[in-house]
Amino acid sequence: MTSLTAAQVPAGTDRRSERVERIRQAAYRIRRNALDMGEVQGQGYIGQALGVADVLAVVYTDQLRYRPDDPDWPDRDRFLLSIGHYAIAAYAAMAEAGIIPIEELETYGSDGSRLPMSAMASYTPGMEISGGSLGHGLGVATGMALGLRHLGNPARVFNLLSDGELDEGSTWEAAMSCAHHGLDNVTAIVDVNALQADGPTVGVLRTEPLTEKWRAFGWHAVRVDGNDVAALVAAFDEVREHRGSPSVVICDTRIGSGVPLLESREKAHFMRVDENEWQIARDQLEEGLAR
Amino acid sequence: MTSTAPRKKLTTSAMIASFADPGQRTTSAPFGHALNRLAEERPEVVGLSADLAKYTDMHVFRDAHPDRFFQMGMAEQTLLGAAAGMAEVGLVPFASTYSVFATRRAYDFLCLDIAEPGLNVNVVGALPGLTTGYGPSHQATEDLAILRGCPNLTIVDPCDSVDIEQAVPALAAAPGPTYLRLLRGAVPTVLDEYDYRFELGKAAELRTGRDVVLISTGLMTMRALQAAERLAADHVDVAVLHVPTIKPLDTEAILRAARTDRLLVTLENHSVVGGLAESVASTLAFAGVGNRVLPIALPDEFLAAGALPTLHDRYGLSTDAIVARVRTGLTDAAPTPRGPWAADPAPATA
Repeated sequence: MTSLTAAQVPAGTDRRSERVERIRQAAYRIRRNALDMGEVQGQGYIGQALGVADVLAVVYTDQLRYRPDDPDWPDRDRFLLSIGHYAIAAYAAMAEAGIIPIEELETYGSDGSRLPMSAMASYTPGMEISGGSLGHGLGVATGMALGLRHLGNPARVFNLLSDGELDEGSTWEAAMSCAHHGLDNVTAIVDVNALQADGPTVGVLRTEPLTEKWRAFGWHAVRVDGNDVAALVAAFDEVREHRGSPSVVICDTRIGSGVPLLESREKAHFMRVDENEWQIARDQLEEGLAR
Repeated sequence: MTSTAPRKKLTTSAMIASFADPGQRTTSAPFGHALNRLAEERPEVVGLSADLAKYTDMHVFRDAHPDRFFQMGMAEQTLLGAAAGMAEVGLVPFASTYSVFATRRAYDFLCLDIAEPGLNVNVVGALPGLTTGYGPSHQATEDLAILRGCPNLTIVDPCDSVDIEQAVPALAAAPGPTYLRLLRGAVPTVLDEYDYRFELGKAAELRTGRDVVLISTGLMTMRALQAAERLAADHVDVAVLHVPTIKPLDTEAILRAARTDRLLVTLENHSVVGGLAESVASTLAFAGVGNRVLPIALPDEFLAAGALPTLHDRYGLSTDAIVARVRTGLTDAAPTPRGPWAADPAPATA
């Protein structure tokens, strides 16, 4: 089975609202998956996972071309997770996408699991690269995109970066390279949650103004509310049609999005959640979907 | 009265000075031409460089196969990351830059993007060890020390143009990542005079000898052979074991060579820390073999700038320096420890 892509769906208004609703449901399930996995560990990058869930729902259920049962299909679009610690979010989305079984999520971070805390290609089917050392994903994406174009393969390459990852000089080397080589088969996605390990991005190393920076590096840049599914769909549809230069979708996301208990918590890179709070979080998530 | 006129000093010359002796046979750009020949056979072979195609003999490939060459700019992290990406989609990249940049600057990318997934990326580093007089910024005197600890990585230090020409297809044929210490430009041609074929992972005994065994790698094998000739004139019988593959090391051949009471000398164009000398020493120690190892290697220092002949003399890599060191080694008071093999009726290299 090949996952449907937006390009194959007529762009009528009704169809778009149907799409948006379908993606919202998927995002809900991704968040629920992430909460279940977070409970296994008792802590973790749950804030980021909830924040990026809408982006991953759009990418995995609406944009990427792949075969869930054949992760090595040569014509698949590549999704590179350079932020290895977002593994919890990626597994949650890959389970929703049918790439890994839902039942396997409970093994997250356990000894012998295919789902390690930091994402690695050698462990998990469908995980394209081993992220974790930040600033690697876009360089590898550059080579994949050059190689695919050289081979006449129309597959696209997506790379999910964090705003903290923009501190790494290698990210900007690769950004220049993608633009220099006119790699319009590359789509970078930047999760701007404005938080990194030592605190708010603005205090650690200022990366704004982001849109202007990417444009100055020769990219087609779009900035959206990363927790607004309709806006994300519009942005990804738009960059899909763009030709001649690489595209970046800059997504402003809220840590803990969808779970008020965690959204309002003091922002932390590595969030601790008490044992009794996981069920509260799930209840709040379900209430949010009903609204 | 003595003259006060200053003596004409040697100069540093070009960034990549040739280390060939005057009048020595050389082959031009053996790497680039070997890559071209390989590319004719294997359409998946591609080349990349980081603004150093011209200085790594990659320009030969670039000019012959412009559609298969990718200029990555002076961005070594992206060079290696992108090479990994190309290998991920089925290409067989050769990525060239200077050794200092491939190892010091972009090590994280070589390690995690290329070596950890075990990709068939062939990293080609020019100016290994002391092959330029430009000083520490360009002299990769510790590249082997950095890379030997990297799992999955095959490391080759070729002696001459023959080694390079034969290594290139072998590196592409090896499924995993490799690092080649490139000799470029007018590269000496030496090994065709010996019954030799490059074999990945194998050492080769180029000459036998009863008194001394020189275990050498890279361009120092050329010097080892010259030193052996000179010592032969003085009735010192010197064997030369060429070890072009630093990792995986041919420990069997090294142990075989060591199981005699000959003076054992290692020779490398690399720091005495973390290269061939320590590889051989640990091989012997791990096997319970107690030979003394006399290392001929670069000192554990940042080296000076200057002309290569001057520097090779100063740091002990010249043929003269090797001959002198071996002679001293033979007359040293320290007795060569003998193992049980001393009683063997047939020495390994009779």
